[in-house]
Amino acid sequence: MLDYGLTEEQLMIKELARKVAEEKIKPFSKQWDEEGEFPQEAIKALAQSDLFTLCIPEEYGGMGGGLLDLCIATEEVSRVDGGVAASYAASFLGMFPILLFGTEEQKKKYLPPLASGEKLSAFALTEPEAGSDAGAVTTKAEKEGDFYILNGLKHFITNGGDADIYTVIALTDKSKGPRGISAFIVEKGDSGFSFGKKEDKMGIRASSTRELIFQDCKIPKERLLGGKEGIGFIVTMKTFDQSRPGVAAQAVGIAQGSLELAVEYAHQRVQFGQKISSFQGIQWMLADMATKVEAARSLVYAVARAVDRGAKNIGSYSAQAKLFASDVAMEVATQAVQIFGGYGYMRDYPVEKFMRDAKITQIYEGTNQIQKNIIALNLIKEFGK
Amino acid sequence: MIKVIKDKCVGCGLCAKVCPSSAIKIIDKLAVIDLDKCNLCSACVTACKFGAILIEREELKKDLSSYKGVWVFSEQRNGEIAPVVFELLGKARQLAKDLNTYTGAVLLGYQIKEKTRELIERGADKVFLVDNPVLKNYIAENYSRVITQLLRKYKPEIFLAGATTTGRSLVSRIAVNIHTGLTADCTGLDIDKEKKILIQTRPAFGGNIMAQIITPDYRPQMATVRHKVMPPAGILPQRKGEVIEEKFSEIEDARIKFIDFIKEELSTVNLAEADIIVSGGRGIGGAENFRLIEELAQVLGGAVGASRAAVDAGWIPYFHQVGQTGRTVSPKIYIACGISGQIQHLVGMQSSKLIIAINKDPSAPIFKVANYGIVGDLFEIIPLLIKKIKEIKSS
Amino acid sequence: MQIVVCIKQVPQTTEVKIDPQTNTLVREGVSSIINPFDMYAIEEAVRLKEKFQAKTTVITMGPPQAEAALREALSLGIDNAVHLCDRAFAGSDTWTTSLVLAKAIEKLSPVDLVICGKQASDGDTAQVGPGIASHLDLPQATYVRKIDTIHLDTNPKIMVVERLLEDGYEILELKLPALITVVKEINEPRLPSLKGKLRAKKEVIPAWTHKDIGLSQEAVGLKGSPTQVVKIFTPPPKKGGKIFEGEPQEAVSGLIKEIEDLL
Repeated sequence: MLDYGLTEEQLMIKELARKVAEEKIKPFSKQWDEEGEFPQEAIKALAQSDLFTLCIPEEYGGMGGGLLDLCIATEEVSRVDGGVAASYAASFLGMFPILLFGTEEQKKKYLPPLASGEKLSAFALTEPEAGSDAGAVTTKAEKEGDFYILNGLKHFITNGGDADIYTVIALTDKSKGPRGISAFIVEKGDSGFSFGKKEDKMGIRASSTRELIFQDCKIPKERLLGGKEGIGFIVTMKTFDQSRPGVAAQAVGIAQGSLELAVEYAHQRVQFGQKISSFQGIQWMLADMATKVEAARSLVYAVARAVDRGAKNIGSYSAQAKLFASDVAMEVATQAVQIFGGYGYMRDYPVEKFMRDAKITQIYEGTNQIQKNIIALNLIKEFGK
Repeated sequence: MIKVIKDKCVGCGLCAKVCPSSAIKIIDKLAVIDLDKCNLCSACVTACKFGAILIEREELKKDLSSYKGVWVFSEQRNGEIAPVVFELLGKARQLAKDLNTYTGAVLLGYQIKEKTRELIERGADKVFLVDNPVLKNYIAENYSRVITQLLRKYKPEIFLAGATTTGRSLVSRIAVNIHTGLTADCTGLDIDKEKKILIQTRPAFGGNIMAQIITPDYRPQMATVRHKVMPPAGILPQRKGEVIEEKFSEIEDARIKFIDFIKEELSTVNLAEADIIVSGGRGIGGAENFRLIEELAQVLGGAVGASRAAVDAGWIPYFHQVGQTGRTVSPKIYIACGISGQIQHLVGMQSSKLIIAINKDPSAPIFKVANYGIVGDLFEIIPLLIKKIKEIKSS
Repeated sequence: MQIVVCIKQVPQTTEVKIDPQTNTLVREGVSSIINPFDMYAIEEAVRLKEKFQAKTTVITMGPPQAEAALREALSLGIDNAVHLCDRAFAGSDTWTTSLVLAKAIEKLSPVDLVICGKQASDGDTAQVGPGIASHLDLPQATYVRKIDTIHLDTNPKIMVVERLLEDGYEILELKLPALITVVKEINEPRLPSLKGKLRAKKEVIPAWTHKDIGLSQEAVGLKGSPTQVVKIFTPPPKKGGKIFEGEPQEAVSGLIKEIEDLL
């Protein structure tokens, strides 16, 4: 890896996350993938090593630090298991709205248990009819005295069922369009809140993806995020600005893991009497892969650093990082399988899992097509100024 | 202290190569030893072809001539003498012969007098017996108190014990009490006929290097010896020997109490005692498949072992683990099934007399230490093996 | 309650390779780790600390670079560290090593419990733990696979442990202070935490010499050691064996033919 001038603390995070990944995740990765199991033990190990304290200010039990720290940790976890990385990063996705928009009381109540890893969170936006079109959510929240009553269905929710704290996007006033959307904190165990279908996924199988069902789910009005109605859309956009570099880091991790597997295999595999790594065809493939991985990492780190420095209007760059890194992950993982040849297609070898895991990074938290919309719109807007 | 004789050193670097602590660097064609790293192991002294490295020790002049006899700790549980004791007696007789002295056996326990016969038949000239209810169960504190007193009274020159869990935990306490040297886990014992001292050979770094160790100035010279390395002494039914019974008072250490012994229920023989061990690793693929390993072990009359990977995956209890963080074994035959042969596993079993590896990956490191190997699917190979062995056993 | 954990820094065996030409150990670039068994000792101490608010101290005897092992122990949750670091300690055998550690423990008194790993992965002797117990005249339990109970309200304090044997385990009751050595089965060591690592980095670790623990230079190191290493050599390499490939039937028959006499 190129020297990115990481701080001593960041290097420590990297080393620690790698240790957790190698020792507490790698040995069980195949099993979790096969069984489609939520990696409880991995989450416990990550928590025990304080890796849920990242990005959370010290006054709420965190380590302070910023998005780059989280990207570094996510990348290391993902380098071993993209599924565990998804569960890990998804908890931050659920945490960011509280950190960015929560009232002081909400932060005091919810951030410390998230920092310690005692509790896990999830972000609930997607609905069967509201995927890329986030404004089309139909889950309703109606005010009734000191309470809100939620009704509706969220699906494809990462950490669904396993998380304790959910940031839920719901309509409070249909007539206002995007300004009629609000965000709520719903806790596991709230009355009228239950879980539906568990998805059987192609990849990132060491993560749970589940439906959330709200049936007259009654929550106190203090759970309205930020204490204000109508901020749901902006919460969503700002959250994604923070979380997309994380998805991009997950993609970089998958790409890096695939690359390492490919290099190792090319070095062992002998055909025509020599190691296949001595063939120029393979060498060039590896060279392209390595270059792309490094380019993706550079972009992700640069964007994360910009966020940490307080840069405004980061949306377009966040989208670029996610778009580019996830395409690189898909390409590099596919090429890695190719280098493994027939063996690469077999479940006995871990490389096919990387290819399956890579695919989701092009899809979730906004498909890459949506990322392009964001980037293009920003370009045109800038030009119009 | 260690020093390099500048006139003799040619800067060849042989010393630096063998240094286990990476403490030697060649600077301007001269070996320079980093004293912060050096632990005076003497590997460089042995390696130097020019006699250019010296470790100086002050000679302690003590009269050690009053120490006579080669003693063996006769470990027993419930009156059953541990098999390693017979191996030690065989060795002790040989050493005693070289030193022109007698072989002694130390037997501690309760109501075990009749066992002295067995020890004499296996070569003990004298059996030092301490029979006391306090000694019924092994307690390191009580046993070490008694043996310390015996050693002080009878002054043997050599004291050997098995490198078992009991032997290892006991002998170190005694060596500290008596203030003498102890060498653990020896695989070779010989007498330097000139100096009349015991040369103890033991593996280090998991058997990758061997060290020869002496205790020149202290007595007795104490060593624990690995099980199954030395042949057991034969039985001579008419052999004569003397039983010396000792009574000691105040041998009970009130600070430690034996509560109970719980025997582990094993389907096969226990690992430490087994002549044949069949081990399974990651390639076994699951807990249920260990039945295949057990079946092969059973037809061979052997024990079941496992690699760390199999234990960590929860397929088989830790009790069965062979390797660095498990047990070190040296059976006559070790059959490794679906074990790739990580160094941590190899250090626990590579002193086995015959190693057979079954693995589907021909490049697995286990084949490098194996005497025989089969490349193939263990789920095909093992059932065939079981069938063949059954045929042989029944014919 | 104060617990002292004794650890050793050892070369990482996974990285130790044999030079095929010279047939010697290649130690170049081999990193050092905490002896694997000592990791269980550290973990057990940290668990006891969490349960009983015990004060935990880790000690090691070794060259300056062994300080890294102490820092790692601190990052895992141990409170304090002491480094027994003195050129005079070089060449210590197990007798003098246990003496040095025992004297350090004495200086740290009152100590209720000393925990060691069952043995070190480089020397494999398993002698230092019982040696320390003997120097300090403490009751011991080696190969402990479980601490059943600890009663801190009795006088003296009492601990019940399970001790792993070749064919089962025994249950022992010890009056504290005592020393135990532990096996892998006792726990699953945690990984360091970020907060622990940051704290460990800042901690000032005292280094004690033979004078600090009241020993003469003659009593330690090579001079104080009853045993002497006279020679170190590499055993002859195992020659590559006979490998059967191809048809399982034939392979098995081939193997059986070779080993039939032994069965």
